[in-house]
Amino acid sequence: MKGLIELFGYPFIVNALVSGSAVAVASAASGYFMICRRETFAGHALPNVGFAGAAGAVLLGIEPVYGLFAVTLSAAVAMGLLARDLRERDATVGVVMTFTLGLGFLFLALYSGYAARVYGILFGSILGISVPAARLSVGVSAASVGLLAFLYRPLLFSTFDPELARARGVPLLFLSVAFLVLLAIIVSVAVQLMGALLLFTLMVGPAATASRIVKSPLAAIGLSVLLALLYVWIGILVAAVSGTLPVSFCIASLSFLVYLPVRLLRGPPRRTHAADDHHHERVPA
Amino acid sequence: MTAELLVSDVFRNAMIAGTIAATVSSLVGYFVVLRAQAFAAESLLDVCFAGATGAALFGLSPVFGMAVFGLGAALGIGALGERAHERSVEIGMVVSFGLGLGVFFLGIYAHGSASHANAGVAILFGSLLSIRPDDLLRIGGMGCLIVAGLAVLFRPLLFSSVDPEAARARGVPVRLVSSVFLVLVALAAASGAMAVGILLAASLLIAPAAAAVRLARRPGRSLLLSVSIGIGITWGGILISFLWPWRQPPVGFTVSALAAVVYFIAVAATRSIYARRGKTIIVGDAAETAQWTSSRKESAKRS
Repeated sequence: MKGLIELFGYPFIVNALVSGSAVAVASAASGYFMICRRETFAGHALPNVGFAGAAGAVLLGIEPVYGLFAVTLSAAVAMGLLARDLRERDATVGVVMTFTLGLGFLFLALYSGYAARVYGILFGSILGISVPAARLSVGVSAASVGLLAFLYRPLLFSTFDPELARARGVPLLFLSVAFLVLLAIIVSVAVQLMGALLLFTLMVGPAATASRIVKSPLAAIGLSVLLALLYVWIGILVAAVSGTLPVSFCIASLSFLVYLPVRLLRGPPRRTHAADDHHHERVPA
Repeated sequence: MTAELLVSDVFRNAMIAGTIAATVSSLVGYFVVLRAQAFAAESLLDVCFAGATGAALFGLSPVFGMAVFGLGAALGIGALGERAHERSVEIGMVVSFGLGLGVFFLGIYAHGSASHANAGVAILFGSLLSIRPDDLLRIGGMGCLIVAGLAVLFRPLLFSSVDPEAARARGVPVRLVSSVFLVLVALAAASGAMAVGILLAASLLIAPAAAAVRLARRPGRSLLLSVSIGIGITWGGILISFLWPWRQPPVGFTVSALAAVVYFIAVAATRSIYARRGKTIIVGDAAETAQWTSSRKESAKRS
């Protein structure tokens, strides 16, 4: 216990906790919408897409975060505009993702310098985060939560009843591109902390668990944020105490271990989405 | 120099392994695209990452680890979620746990030495150029298994992919078919991962089939086109990588770039054609496919 308290004396632990919490709040809140809008695959693709941006920036000798923003934002707009129905979206996201991963691999092969920076982007380096990077992640996370709050009502409406929303004049295409752009912004700062491979855990895990426990959107978002904060804090502390376990692995295991019993006890969620029948008419379950 | 490369064992092995992986992936990929299960396929690949790194940690062959983990995940996904929406969340959880485990195994494995860390990157991005003869045997064996499985499953799989309700009403065991299919996807993912690496095997699984489904409507033609595109981009990718005059680009990049180019050309071509005719695009026309299956069934009965 004494060792645990001493940990808080290290500035890198405090940096990790602060920036990790900020990213956790933003990812968990947007993750709820990601699940309800069935953009899970896009959410999985964006961090991987970001890997290409980061590797390209390292190759050019600029800060990875610029590359991350440039590539994830353009991929988000492309996926939002190109993919119209479910089957098309599925294929487009898959192709865009593998292409950018290939691009990242090319950059990695061309880059002959210190490759550890690139590996840091794949696996994350929350314990090695610098103070300016921590500040940036807090600022951007706060801004994206603000944006999410601003879009909250139309986003909710278009997510759960797209037909009615369209009839009422809600701009559906704009909202779907705007939401992917919001995800891309969060991903760009979060990838450096959580790693391209495991950032997705923080987006899907807490939200999936929360949406099975409570029904109302606001309660689900609140619970999802709470769970994400707990996972990140426990993950960072366990990793720091053990010394060998990667933080992102601790968070991934925690989120899976909490999800599994909830999934088995609560069973499948009731059909609350009017959009379901419309969307899945032609696609086998 | 280049002529020597083209007759070398490295080149020959890369071509053989690439051809097998491309054929199998684009065959299975046709159904993946038809069933909108690209995310499931991608998740099985990520689970294979955990399998491969875990096997490396215990000094086993990566194929073995990938097959075991892939099969487990395929059965798990099949058992957990029945409807597409529900499934995307379950798949997301499986992906993140698989990747987490992979990162954990790799963390322990790479802790030992720098060459081990590079081994991790090789698993993720793979390398057709380091295929050995015994890998060829394994990939070939898995390929035969998958093709045989698809041949047995073909008709019920096509029927339940195109019209699950009608298939269920006719007594096709839709759920069993779907689980067995996921097992085939896991095997195809493992053989693709051996060839071009985990992260890029998805391009062989998804892009050729997604392009073919847009360009040809009948299942037979789509399948044939998908396999041709798959083999074409693999050969093209290997040749470009070998013949590139300046620093050799990795095969994974050239293959995935060609795959993306072919897919987006197919999208652009079909969009402009349909826009001119004033029709909406229906990817993988259900009515036409159903008609095709029933006419085949009748001709089979007659003969």
